[in-house]
Amino acid sequence: MRSAFAVAVVLVAVSPAVAAADPPPQGIVHVRAKPGTPLREWGYQLYAGNCATCHGPSGVGVLPSMPTRGAGDIRGAGPPLAGVGARAPDFYLRTGYMPLAHVPMQPRRSRVLFSDAEIRALIAYIASLGPGPPIPTPHPERGNVAAGLHQFTEHCAGCHQVVAEGGYVTDSRVPPLKDVTARQVAEAVRIGPYVMPTFSKRQISDAQLDSIIAYVEYAKHPHDVGGWSLGHLGPVPEGLVAWLIAGAALVATCIVIGKRFEA
Amino acid sequence: MSRLWKWLVSAVVLLLGRRPPRLERDERIVPAGEPSPRAEFAVLALLGLATLCAVGFVVVYAFNHLAHQTQYLGLSLGLALAFLAAACVVVSKRLVVEEQIEEDYPPPAHPEEIEEIERIVEESDSRFTRKRLLVLGAGAAGGALGVAAITPALSLGPFLQTDPFYATPWRRGLRLVDELGKPLLADEIEESTFYTAYPERANREQIGAPLVVVRLSPSELHLPDGRGGWAPRGILAYSKICTHAGCAIGLYRTPLFAPAEPKPALVCPCHYSTFDPATGGTVLFGPAGRPLPQLPLEVDGKGELRAAGNFSGPVGPSWWGVRLHGARGPAAP
Repeated sequence: MRSAFAVAVVLVAVSPAVAAADPPPQGIVHVRAKPGTPLREWGYQLYAGNCATCHGPSGVGVLPSMPTRGAGDIRGAGPPLAGVGARAPDFYLRTGYMPLAHVPMQPRRSRVLFSDAEIRALIAYIASLGPGPPIPTPHPERGNVAAGLHQFTEHCAGCHQVVAEGGYVTDSRVPPLKDVTARQVAEAVRIGPYVMPTFSKRQISDAQLDSIIAYVEYAKHPHDVGGWSLGHLGPVPEGLVAWLIAGAALVATCIVIGKRFEA
Repeated sequence: MSRLWKWLVSAVVLLLGRRPPRLERDERIVPAGEPSPRAEFAVLALLGLATLCAVGFVVVYAFNHLAHQTQYLGLSLGLALAFLAAACVVVSKRLVVEEQIEEDYPPPAHPEEIEEIERIVEESDSRFTRKRLLVLGAGAAGGALGVAAITPALSLGPFLQTDPFYATPWRRGLRLVDELGKPLLADEIEESTFYTAYPERANREQIGAPLVVVRLSPSELHLPDGRGGWAPRGILAYSKICTHAGCAIGLYRTPLFAPAEPKPALVCPCHYSTFDPATGGTVLFGPAGRPLPQLPLEVDGKGELRAAGNFSGPVGPSWWGVRLHGARGPAAP
C-alpha cells in the first residue's frame, strides 16, 4: 500500500506540470489499473495520488493544526472521509467540485477531470472507508412542480434565488442550479456542501425533495410570459431597463417631432 | 325595420355627405394653405392601420390559448398607439397651416407711469409706524396656519411614542412552536441547519414574534457575560427580524468543514447584514448597527423548548432611543 502511494508521489514529481516551478503544480494523477484489478484497489491508488494530500491516508482527514505538506508541496486541509458513503464522492467528483485547485477555496462546478470509470473506482474506495449513505435515486417525475416551488421558496430561494439563478452569501458564492442533475440536487440537500445548510429528512422528506427537484428542472427553462427575462433579476431591474429604453425613445421621438421640417 | 334603415341611411348621409360650402367671410385670419391630398391620404392610411391594430388587440385577446399571446397583445396595442401618434404628427406637419412670427419684446411703453406706480406703492405705507412688528405678526399667523395644516398628520399613527416598539410576545415559560404550531423538541434540533419558530398561541405578525433557531456545538459558543445558561445543549434562538431594515433573516451560512470555510453566520438577504450566532448575534458584516437580539431558552421536562425570559435587546430596526430600554414582555391582559 505504501509503495502505491510512493509511486503516485513519484508520478507527480516527474509530471511536466511540476517541472515548471511556478505556478504551483497541478494536475491529475491517472493511475493505470492492470486488467483484473478490483475496483476498490484501483480507487485506492487514485485516492493516494489525488486526494490523500488533503483528506489524509485512508480518509482520516487533514486539519490545519497538522502542517502536512503533500505531493507537489501542496499544504493540505480537508475533512475526514470515513463514513461519507458513496453519496458525497459521487456529488463532489461528478460536479467537478473536487479536486480543488488550491486550499482553501470554495468548490466550484468545473470540468470533471476523472473518467467515469475512475470516478466509480474512487467512489468504491471511499464508500468502503466506513458505513455511509448510498447514492440516492430521486424520482422527480413523482414530484409536483407547484409543491416544489413552495418548498423551494421556503428552504432554497433565500440563497439560490427563486428561479435558481444563484447569488451570494457573505464570503461565498451561491451556485446557480441550471446545470445540476436530479441526483446532484438530492445529494446536495442532504450533504450541505461548503456553507449550505444540511436538510434532514425531518425537514425535507424524500417526497418533498422529489417536488423540489421537479421545480429545479422546471426552473432551468421557466415559462417567461413577459418575454425577455433579463436574468430573472426581478421587477426593479426590469422596470429600470424599461424606463431607460422607453424614456430614451420617447425623448428622441419628441425631438424629431419638434423639429421644423423643410417644407 | 324600415324605420331603422332610414335612421341608418340618414346618419351615414349626415356623417359623410357633402355639406354646403360655408359663406366666405370678408377676410381670413389664417391665410389659406395649399390642399395636400397626399398628406390627407397618409393620415387616413395611418388611422386605418391604427384601427386595424386596435381591432387586432381585441381579436388576440379573444384567443386565450394563442402562443405568445402576451407579446401579441403588447405589439398590437403598441402599434395602434404608434400609428395614431404618426397620424397626429403628419397632421401637424403637413396639414395644419404653419406661420412663423418673430417678435422682439416691445420696449416699455410708458416709463414715466411705471415709475409713478412704483412711487405710489413705496409711499403708501406712511401710516405704518411699527412695520417690523406687523411683519412679525403676519409671519406668526402664517406659520401657525402652516402648522395647523400639517397637524392632522398626527392621526397617521403614534409619532413620538416608541413604547410599543419595546414590547414582544415572549415571556418566561412560553413554548416555541413551528409554522404548524407543533412544539419544538430540543432533540429534534440538528446542527448545520436552521429553523423558524414562533411563540405558542400568540400573534405571529408582531415584529417580536418570529425566531430563527440554530444549534452549535457548546464548545464553539462565546456568548457575552450573563448569558451563560441561554443556550441549553448549544441551541440558540435569535429574533428573525434584522436590526437594520427589518427584513427576515432567511440565510444561514454553515460550514461543512469548519477549518477551511467561513464560520457559521445568520445572513439577511436584503443588505447582507451578517450576524454571528456563536457570540450572541454580533454584527460580522453589513449595515446593521446592533446585534441580533437573543432569546434565552430552557428545555422543560418533556424536552420541549421554552423561552427563559425576553430578548437581550429591542427587536427590529433601530429608532431614536433604541438603546434606552430593554425588550418588554407582553402587556398585562
